[in-house]
Amino acid sequence: MADIAVSPPRESNLAALTKHARYVLSENPVTGFAFALFVVIVLAAVFGPHLVPYDPLASDTSQALKPPSVHHWFGTDQLGRDVFSRVVVATRLDFFIAVASVALVFLMGGLAGVAAGFFGGWTDRIVGRIADTIMAFPLFVLAMGIVAALGNTVQNIILATAIVNFPLYARIARAEANIRREAGFVEAARLSGNSDWRILTFQILPNVFPILVVQMSLTMGYAILNAAGLSFIGLGVRPPTPEWGIMVAEGAAFMVSGEWWNAAFPGAALMIAVFCFNLLGDGLRDLVDPRRRT
Amino acid sequence: MITANTNRAPALAVEGLCVEFRTRSGIVRALDNVSFSAGKGETVALVGESGSGKSVTAYAVMGILDPAGRVTAGRAVLGGLDLLSAKPSQLAEVRGRDIAMIFQNPRTALNPIRPVGKQIADVLIRHGNVPRREAPAQAVEMLRAVGITDPARRAKAYPFEMSGGMCQRVMIAIALAAKPSVLIADEPTTGLDVTTQAVIMDLVNDLAAKMGMATIFITHDLALAGQRAARIVVMHAGHVVENAPTTELFSYPRHPYTGELIAATPDSAASLDELASIPGTLPDLRRADLPPCRYSERCPRKTDACSQPLPLAPPGATHFVACWNPLPAPTLGAPVLVASAENVA
Amino acid sequence: MTALLDVAEFSKLFPVTGTSSSWQRLRQRFQGGPEKLSKVHAVDNVSFVIEKGETVGLVGESGCGKSTLVRALTRLIDASDGSVKLGDRELTLTPAHEFARDPDRARIQMVFQDAGESVNPRFTAFDAIADPLRRLRHLKGKALRERVESVAGQCGLPLQLLTRFPHQLSGGQRARVGIARAIAVEPDLLVLDEPTAALDVSVQVVILQLLQRLKKEFGMSYLFVSHDLSVVKLLCDRVLVMYLGKIVEAGPAVEVFEHPLHPYTQALVAAVPRLHEDGAERLRLTGEPRSPIDPDPHVCRFYGRCPRGIHDCTAAMPDLRRFGARQVACHFAEEFLPPAPAKA
Repeated sequence: MADIAVSPPRESNLAALTKHARYVLSENPVTGFAFALFVVIVLAAVFGPHLVPYDPLASDTSQALKPPSVHHWFGTDQLGRDVFSRVVVATRLDFFIAVASVALVFLMGGLAGVAAGFFGGWTDRIVGRIADTIMAFPLFVLAMGIVAALGNTVQNIILATAIVNFPLYARIARAEANIRREAGFVEAARLSGNSDWRILTFQILPNVFPILVVQMSLTMGYAILNAAGLSFIGLGVRPPTPEWGIMVAEGAAFMVSGEWWNAAFPGAALMIAVFCFNLLGDGLRDLVDPRRRT
Repeated sequence: MITANTNRAPALAVEGLCVEFRTRSGIVRALDNVSFSAGKGETVALVGESGSGKSVTAYAVMGILDPAGRVTAGRAVLGGLDLLSAKPSQLAEVRGRDIAMIFQNPRTALNPIRPVGKQIADVLIRHGNVPRREAPAQAVEMLRAVGITDPARRAKAYPFEMSGGMCQRVMIAIALAAKPSVLIADEPTTGLDVTTQAVIMDLVNDLAAKMGMATIFITHDLALAGQRAARIVVMHAGHVVENAPTTELFSYPRHPYTGELIAATPDSAASLDELASIPGTLPDLRRADLPPCRYSERCPRKTDACSQPLPLAPPGATHFVACWNPLPAPTLGAPVLVASAENVA
Repeated sequence: MTALLDVAEFSKLFPVTGTSSSWQRLRQRFQGGPEKLSKVHAVDNVSFVIEKGETVGLVGESGCGKSTLVRALTRLIDASDGSVKLGDRELTLTPAHEFARDPDRARIQMVFQDAGESVNPRFTAFDAIADPLRRLRHLKGKALRERVESVAGQCGLPLQLLTRFPHQLSGGQRARVGIARAIAVEPDLLVLDEPTAALDVSVQVVILQLLQRLKKEFGMSYLFVSHDLSVVKLLCDRVLVMYLGKIVEAGPAVEVFEHPLHPYTQALVAAVPRLHEDGAERLRLTGEPRSPIDPDPHVCRFYGRCPRGIHDCTAAMPDLRRFGARQVACHFAEEFLPPAPAKA
């Protein structure tokens, strides 16, 4: 029987993915840089607290407000605590807040959005109204309100961030599910005996997930800024817990009198982390966008 | 009546066109030495399967190749001007006015947020030397000329409000607004119903005859090409393999690929078992070791002679075959000037 | 003997959205009941039969309702009216969204037009073919693997391609995956929705010959939907011609295309480009089809575009009348009948 010849053997899927990843990184060195920075941040979050020279909570008032030196690379704060140790240890908390917020909003917003887009009808209307209600508020004010009402714990900060980002994820997920609802492979799945819920979980969600992942990276930066902002106005993490936002808030008072290191270093760490997550989001989008694949 | 016209200077002459694409996995030699021409009022069909390079040829001539593509050699002469080496300003003048193109998917080729009448008027103003005030009225006339009923009302409509056939008519109106001397039609009826296809192709042929316009008609449908074109250029893997008047091509195909293509067309067989598929697959155009004849690796008629460079078209030939071992020519009847092992020293 | 598929007076109507606001529609419902809403008559009173082992072609242009009919037959959507019997079983009694779990689900399967679209881009070829086997035949592990490989082999799909994703396969290979998936559960009726439309002509030959072979091996019936009349003529025993939701002509494929009786079929056949033109006068259809929204039940759907047309055409809808093996819905059918004796 005349047959269609098999084209030359291609590499396995893992090899293809690595090759694609290497290509994306090589094409845009900034993305490579962002990935490297991300690894540094993760390492700092995981190992930082074990490696810092000083106990971040140990105060030594005799050493208060000393400028950066060989003993204290980032100087000391108003209670004599080593700023460098505090900045590094804060990485873990801020990173945790970022990751937890993003995971929560993905579950809430992603699932709600996908269900709304796939089933339409009342599901769509209800999710839409919830999203509209959230969007009616200035988002930071809403976050403030939630934390003020429920109390400033880390869990509530995470919840507030997740709620505030819900409409965005729901909207993206809904649009993607809507596009795929009538796709050929969904009909084929029905013919193969899949119920609606199976189609949603095994056919649609795997296709929507990569697009949400890109958004998640971008939201991580926002989550940290949100937590920092809440801390700055006193609604965030409580002292003496080291957290970048609260450190900036406390250090800001000393900027005028010239002790810049108190606020500048945690501020710089904030900036670098957000910068890194944004670049990461761009890089992930390149990696994940099917149009870029051969 | 469609006539083959080889006596006067061609309206468009493509000579030795070579196009490459730079990709991640290597350089794709998409077109190699493609040559053909279309005379005034002539319809020439470029026929080939996917990967043959027929659309790439059109895009290269129009200067709208993907940024990864480059023309590495060749000329495309339109009215004395080589389009491939023209300055962007010259090209901008010529495109739309002297040479126009219509595309495969009419709905996506039109601007979705602009009424169709305005899109036609744009061309009239830019290339047709029509004063701005009179352009809308002339646009309505163009719509009437392409067979759209109630043109005055339709001119205000948007593409999404119109059917596929109507959108294609609008695209034809836009292309022909400035009365070009050459029209390139890239699979204009793929995706349209066969009855609509017939009407659209009738329209294109009629307008071309009225305006003395040369048409280059790109299609994968050999039967459609045979119905509409006086001359057929068969392409395979970036090469022109055969170039002949239509009736000669169907009666006496010389290139083995042409023969196989005809034998694979459903209309040519009385039963499914009689249809023959084409052996082998397209060669990988990224290879550095591509043989001179890109069909040779799948050709049942391959001989030792096939490893030499392909013959070039002799000037004045009406039937050209790029093959060293072509299918037999008729000994009586149609005069066939063929560049092959027989008449190249 | 009962036919495999018996479709009787089948209709599918869709309410028209977007022409009036929700308020207006709500008011219409309260005032006149659902009947007062405007409806698109996608499929209107269609009846036909498919016997075991037959290949029936379904041709018609965009808007004729063949996609809707096919989706209703494969139980992806529900009927508005009429009956669809598979063997002895009346399928319309089970709602479409419950049919996925029905034991008869495997008996009707479909091959889609764009094989690339119909396979989940995140599934490998193996996953795609295995899915119906997992869900409908409850196969697992080694038995599943063996069955998938066996089906892939029958469809000419080399085993090393099973680990690839759709975007890594050629058009012809994707088409084979689509076919393998559809026949894996050994359906009685296979609906093919323009399976070769997106393929090159050389690949099309191979796929059509494969389909022919599979049909004989498995003893399936085919409903072959296509706009390409040359392909339908080669593959199909009988053909149904649809226009604006109605069947206008039916009969043995070769006869219908060589001597079309309905004016629409005549225009369709005349429009198909042939390799060897006989230079005969070409019949051309002008204008656009009539609207399928709330069509007048007394006017022939083809009236207005038809080269004929007398007052009778607006007084009564022509019924599908039988002339031996042929069926035509036209008041003028007798004029075009081939001279007697008209033996099938």
